[in-house]
This record gives sequence, C-alpha cells and structure tokens, in this order.
Amino acid sequence: MTITSVLVANRGEIAVRIIKAAKELGIRTVQVHSAADADMLAVRLADEAIDIGSPAPKKSYLNIDAVIAAAKAAGVDAVHPGYGFLSENGDFADAVVAAGMTFIGPSGDAIRLLGDKVAARGVAAKAGVPTVPGSDGRVADLAAAKAIAERTGFPVMIKAAAGGGGRGIRIVNSELELEQQFPLASAEAAAAFGDGGLYMEKVITKARHVEVQIFGDGVNFVHFFERECSLQRRRQKVWEEAQAFLLPQVVRERLCESAVALAREVKYRGAGTVEYLYDDESQEFYFIEVNTRIQVEHPVTEMITGFDLVQEMFKVAGGASLSVAQADIKAKGHAIECRITAENPAKDFAPSPGTVTKLVVPEGEGIRFDTMLYEGYTIPPFYDSLLGKLIVWAPDRDACLKRLAKALTGLQIEGVATTVGLHLALASDRSVHKGTFHTRFLESWLETEFAANHNIASEVA
Amino acid sequence: MSKLEIRSPLPGTFYRASSPDTPRLKEDGHDVQAGDPIGVIEVMKTFQQIAADVTGKNVTFLVENEEPVMAGQVIAEVEQ
Repeated sequence: MTITSVLVANRGEIAVRIIKAAKELGIRTVQVHSAADADMLAVRLADEAIDIGSPAPKKSYLNIDAVIAAAKAAGVDAVHPGYGFLSENGDFADAVVAAGMTFIGPSGDAIRLLGDKVAARGVAAKAGVPTVPGSDGRVADLAAAKAIAERTGFPVMIKAAAGGGGRGIRIVNSELELEQQFPLASAEAAAAFGDGGLYMEKVITKARHVEVQIFGDGVNFVHFFERECSLQRRRQKVWEEAQAFLLPQVVRERLCESAVALAREVKYRGAGTVEYLYDDESQEFYFIEVNTRIQVEHPVTEMITGFDLVQEMFKVAGGASLSVAQADIKAKGHAIECRITAENPAKDFAPSPGTVTKLVVPEGEGIRFDTMLYEGYTIPPFYDSLLGKLIVWAPDRDACLKRLAKALTGLQIEGVATTVGLHLALASDRSVHKGTFHTRFLESWLETEFAANHNIASEVA
Repeated sequence: MSKLEIRSPLPGTFYRASSPDTPRLKEDGHDVQAGDPIGVIEVMKTFQQIAADVTGKNVTFLVENEEPVMAGQVIAEVEQ
C-alpha cells in the first residue's frame, strides 16, 4: 500500500520540504492552512489547499478534528505531521489511523511512551543507554527529592514529567532551594501540562548537546550518525552541525550504537532523534529524550550522508522496508545549518513579522536553503519565527565555515529584521572555529562578544 | 462625550489576561489609567504586555480574547 496522496498537517518551511519530497515520489499533495496562511509558499506548491480555521494554532494546526476532516474531505491516504504542532501527539496519530489513513511516523503508543520523559528514561536504561544521574522515575515527594539530591549532588534539575521543548525545568543549587522550588514546580507542572509529576536530573555543567538520527521500519534499525547542536539560546537550537567533529571515534560509535539499541527496544518505525548531553572532560554521554518525528536540523544529516530522510519517511510509512542497511550509510565531509529567524538580535531578539521586500538566495556547490519565503510574502505574527535554514556542506569543517560565511553574505532578506548578521558573526568567531562551545556558550557570547562588536549596549543606552 | 482609543502597537494574538489561569487585566466598564496593563499580545510565540497610553473611564474592549489583531488596530475605547 504505497502512499499516493498526502495531507501536510503543518506550515512554514517544513511544509515546503514535505511537499518537495512528496513530488519527487509522485505523491499528490494537499496542504492545510489557517486563515492567516492562505498565501504561504506550501499552499502555492501543493496540488490542493484546504482552509482549516482561524489563525490561532489551537483553532487550526492543533485542531485534530479540523485536520482529520480535511484529510477525509481530500481523500488522501496519509498524513505527514512535520515537526511541532501535532507531530508528537499520540492521540492525533491514533485519530489518523482510526480514520483509515496512514500516519507518517511511529504509532500513537510509541509516541506516548517516548513522549513521557520518565517512561522514556526507563526505556533508555533498559536498552543500556546511559542516563543522567537522577530519579529512577517520578519523585514521590520532597523527602524522596532530598534523598536523590544527596546522591547526585547540586545543582540539580527538577523537570515536569509531561514537559518538553525546554519548558517546565527548574534548576536548584541547594537543599533550601529544593525545599522552596519543589512544591512550586509541581503546582506549575500541574497547571501547564495537567500533570504535576516531577523527575530529577543532575545538572551537567558545560555539556554539549549531541543527538543521533535514527530510522526504523519496525524490524530493521539504523542510525545516520550524529549532530552537534550546542549553540542554543533559551534552550532553542540556533546552529547545528553534522558530524559532532570533536567526538572521539570510539565515543561516536558507542553513542550511535546506543541510539540504535533504543530504537530496537521499542521496535521503532519512522524517523527519530535520540538526544544526549555529552561531557567533553569525562567523555561520557547521557540520554535526554527521543523526538519521534523529523527534526528541524535534519538537512545537515542529509548533506553528509546524501540520503533523503523525508522521502524515506514516505516509503517506510507506506509499508516498505528500510531502503538502506547500516553498512551502506557513510558520512562524508561536514555540514552546518543556520536557523534564520525573523528576530532582531540587536534588540533582544524582538520578533519581526512583516513583508519581505527583497530576497536573494545564494547558490553554488554545497549550499542549500530550505525556506518558506518568497519576495512579497508577508510573514504572519501568529507562529514561530523560523523563516528558513541555510545549510552548507564542504569536504571539511574549515572549508565549510568559509563557504558558510560566503553564503551568508550572499543571503539577502529585506523588509524584516533577521538573524543573518548573527550567524555571520558566529561563522567568523574564534571559539566557534575551535569548537570550544557548550550549551550555555551562546547566551554569554551574545552578551559579551556580539554586543561589543555590534554596539548593542550603546544602542540600548 | 468623546472616546479615546487604545491601539495595539504590534500585530499578533490579543489576550485579556497574562496567563490562562489569571483574571483579566481589565474588565469592561472599569476605569483606566495611562500605563495600566490592559492585555497581552503574542507575537511569534513571545508575549508582550500592552499598557494603556490614555486615561479614561468605562473601558469597552473591541477585540475578543485570543483574537488576531493588526498593528495599529483599536483594541479598546475609554470615555474621557
């Protein structure tokens, strides 16, 4: 039952990416959109478009009934959820299947299992994947929390079991802080996620964020190597690379194998990412979570492996076996992705919706720009600020950084403020060249190096 | 009796309260002092408080909670 038609239940650049992959495979595309997105690029590219509601995400892109009704009306045989929105909602996956269609992703049960941070940690431990020292599951009460902190030491993170995307996290530095914060965190988690359950993890200071691209068909499981995503602001990735260039080869092998073991443990089906913290000094890695969907930064993996992950998602969801074996997957060269957002780095990243008056996209060997933009497009204020991703590949990292700087100089987006200038500064930064960064590096770099070189302090004054 | 307008400085989604579980920042019919927070605008997943730039009585909101607004759109009116 090869997929012949698909409803794209997303928007922005990833909807464009999915439509392009579908077209390559000869699949008919139907794009849903909110009232604010009638002019978006994915609507223009799709064979058909359906308005599913008001601009507010919960009335359109998060409205399961509206999306399912559109899929039925369009008579498609599959639904691709992209990332964000309903992509990691097990109930949505179940609803697609109940309506007689194929959900392009893992089963609802797998999404729920891996989406629950505590359950996922249990799965990881069972598969032999190292986890950050902390609670074995939900923490029953403050007394239990104190006992765990005694064992792990401070600082320790209190996390909402139902949280995600960097939300619902508190860091405490002492037993007194733990006493104060624990009840607050529980109440907050109950209010925000409808589940007051908490778990605890030791804070690994100066950790890198590394992650492994996995793929499964329910029987066979492979990895497409790892990515280095330590450059983050407010726990959101800003810049990603493949591979994690400073990882010793023996650590890389153990890391990627552990991700495959986890996929095998749950008989994973589809594309996924296993995220880890990596401690340079001890060369230890620790499981963080599994994302059961295609990830924003998947193109860097595609650039080094020459493999189309989104097309593979369609094939595997349609019932095919994985088209590659582990031995066929080779990494070549180096790739970097810059997330270009409609934010103003000189004004504390103020959001900057508006109309794109000019767009010049750099072209050339090893340069790819995945975007939702076109000249004259008005970026609506209701959604994420991601406009596109500039991805550059070269035979080695130094050449990649050089090519990236040139490509960024050639990328012109006028009419709205963007983060192109920030990426240009990063591309020529000494620490970035040496790779001596960790997950807290970018925020302090923005306050010091970037502010000094861009007269930001004086502008504010 | 003249009316003064309070406009949204930004495009986005308008909310009457700071969060779903807190009361509305201003109820219809209340008095408004310049500087009083009257609502919140969500722009690209970031939230900014909207303060009144005028002083008046008997505020009337013209935009529903969670409705989209354009930059410069009148959110509420007060009587002088």
